[in-house]
Amino acid sequence: METFIHRIDQVGAQERVSRLFSRSIKKESKIEALHTVLSMIDLTTLEGKDSPGKVKQLCYKAAHLHDQLPNLPTVAAICVYPTMVAIAKKALEGTDINVASVATAFPSGMTPLEYKLNEVKMVVAEGADEVDMVISRGKFLGGEYNYVADEIASVKEACGKAHLKVILETGELVTLDNVRLASDIAMKSGADFIKTSTGKVSPAATPPVVLIMLEAIRDYFKKTGKKIGMKPAGGISKAKLSIQYLVMIKETLGQDWLNADLFRFGASSLANDVLMQILKQSTGVYQSANYFSMD
Amino acid sequence: MKKREDIKKTYKLYIGGKFPRTESGRYIKWTDPKKATTVNICRGSRKDFRNAVVAAREAFCGWSSRTAYNRSQILYRIGEMLEGRRSQFMDELILQGSSKKAAEKEINLSIDRLIYYAGWADKYQQIFSRVNPVALPYFNFSYPEPTGVVSAIAPNESSLIGLVSIVAPIIAGGNTVVVLASEENPLCSITFAEVLHTSDVSGGVVNILTGHRSELIEQFSSHMDVNAIVYCGNESEEIKLVQENAALNVKRPIVYSNENWHNKNTQDPYRILNTLEIKTTWHPVSI
Repeated sequence: METFIHRIDQVGAQERVSRLFSRSIKKESKIEALHTVLSMIDLTTLEGKDSPGKVKQLCYKAAHLHDQLPNLPTVAAICVYPTMVAIAKKALEGTDINVASVATAFPSGMTPLEYKLNEVKMVVAEGADEVDMVISRGKFLGGEYNYVADEIASVKEACGKAHLKVILETGELVTLDNVRLASDIAMKSGADFIKTSTGKVSPAATPPVVLIMLEAIRDYFKKTGKKIGMKPAGGISKAKLSIQYLVMIKETLGQDWLNADLFRFGASSLANDVLMQILKQSTGVYQSANYFSMD
Repeated sequence: MKKREDIKKTYKLYIGGKFPRTESGRYIKWTDPKKATTVNICRGSRKDFRNAVVAAREAFCGWSSRTAYNRSQILYRIGEMLEGRRSQFMDELILQGSSKKAAEKEINLSIDRLIYYAGWADKYQQIFSRVNPVALPYFNFSYPEPTGVVSAIAPNESSLIGLVSIVAPIIAGGNTVVVLASEENPLCSITFAEVLHTSDVSGGVVNILTGHRSELIEQFSSHMDVNAIVYCGNESEEIKLVQENAALNVKRPIVYSNENWHNKNTQDPYRILNTLEIKTTWHPVSI
């Protein structure tokens, strides 16, 4: 495996981010952006205490974000643990909403490959449309890039028709150079999406990390013509930040990536904040979380 | 020798335990009645108010779950701190047009009022609670709980005693507050924030904004995450607006009109009760 290491200018990345994030999106453009954000959300529940009831409730919310507001899109997908896939699939029958399942011993990835592949096959058989795998960070940091690449390729094969999102867990990769390298390896090995984090490690998706991953996607597209998707996850709970990310995609990858086929937000509380902002825009009154579904 | 240039204070807002400038970058030129001193006062915006409500909401859980005794101690502490900053308030009240005697009287009264509400902070609950007779095997009782986040439009005319008289009963009841300071005389209000800041009042419990009442009253009264609004003033148009907007999320509107805040009859435990909600509990008992 070719492991060309891009040296990332960390200060430059920070500066670029702060320039992109200073854009002000207002009025009609803001409402449009907020709707786009909603349609890109992977509504997520990944807790040890998840119950069928909670998953069903979340599925209902995915399809009915806030029925008082007309013309709202639905979210792109529901993201759950493997044992909840069948329940989510059934609850979402008749909608366009995908079911994404984390797999490969999420969030640590610390089981043998054989078990990971079985897990992936199981969630696909249960009906998962998308699989979110984690890479073996220990191996990656130990320099075993071929192992990481082979593992991703095997999981991709096990996925069959299901889309594969590869979680780099950038909070454990230490440097931006590593983020870039892991992105390159994941894309070459068959990832349909690259994803920042599990949400279980802090820091999760930070803006410079997302920028570097977007640039990796751009370079890969220029080289091969293949469009890889991007999913920042973890810690994105405010509408303002999500709009800033839209600006970042538009400026780095262009209009083609501004849809749910190629960009997702992994989030649980973002949807409510976006809904509160949309309602604020249409009524002029600041909103309270009391009047939105709890999740 | 060259005369030393005084270092003047920048008057800022008080939000979430910090002293930010207004996010809008706008200022109001305030000039004292003798036209000798000019001060830039932040012209707070609706976004400053929004940020303050977020801070107040975050602080609510911690403040309302403190023991009543502890809240009482902290109110007492505010009084102590105000006592220690007497000379600073003297200067500002005189600058705002008070006579020396009137300024001294206002400061004394403000300290006394804080101590008064400090005393009530751990007593109002037993006074306003009751046991209700019911014809069923239940022990039925009602007691007051804090309303939540309260927005307040402080009196225009008396900048220190007015602010203290509004804020003290609200926080004594376990609520958090976002208060718009006197538009005519805002100096004391921001200095009072410095007193709060050194009195163990956690950040966000009291937030103080300055700015134009006419510009901010709409948001103060309509915000859905505010649970009660206290309005001080006599403008019937403003009172109507506050009451109508309060209906949006059924927040409790409390209007204090034609009050002389220097008068002792403007302090009473019922002003604490105004921003409390009564909860009734049915507890099963054996017959």
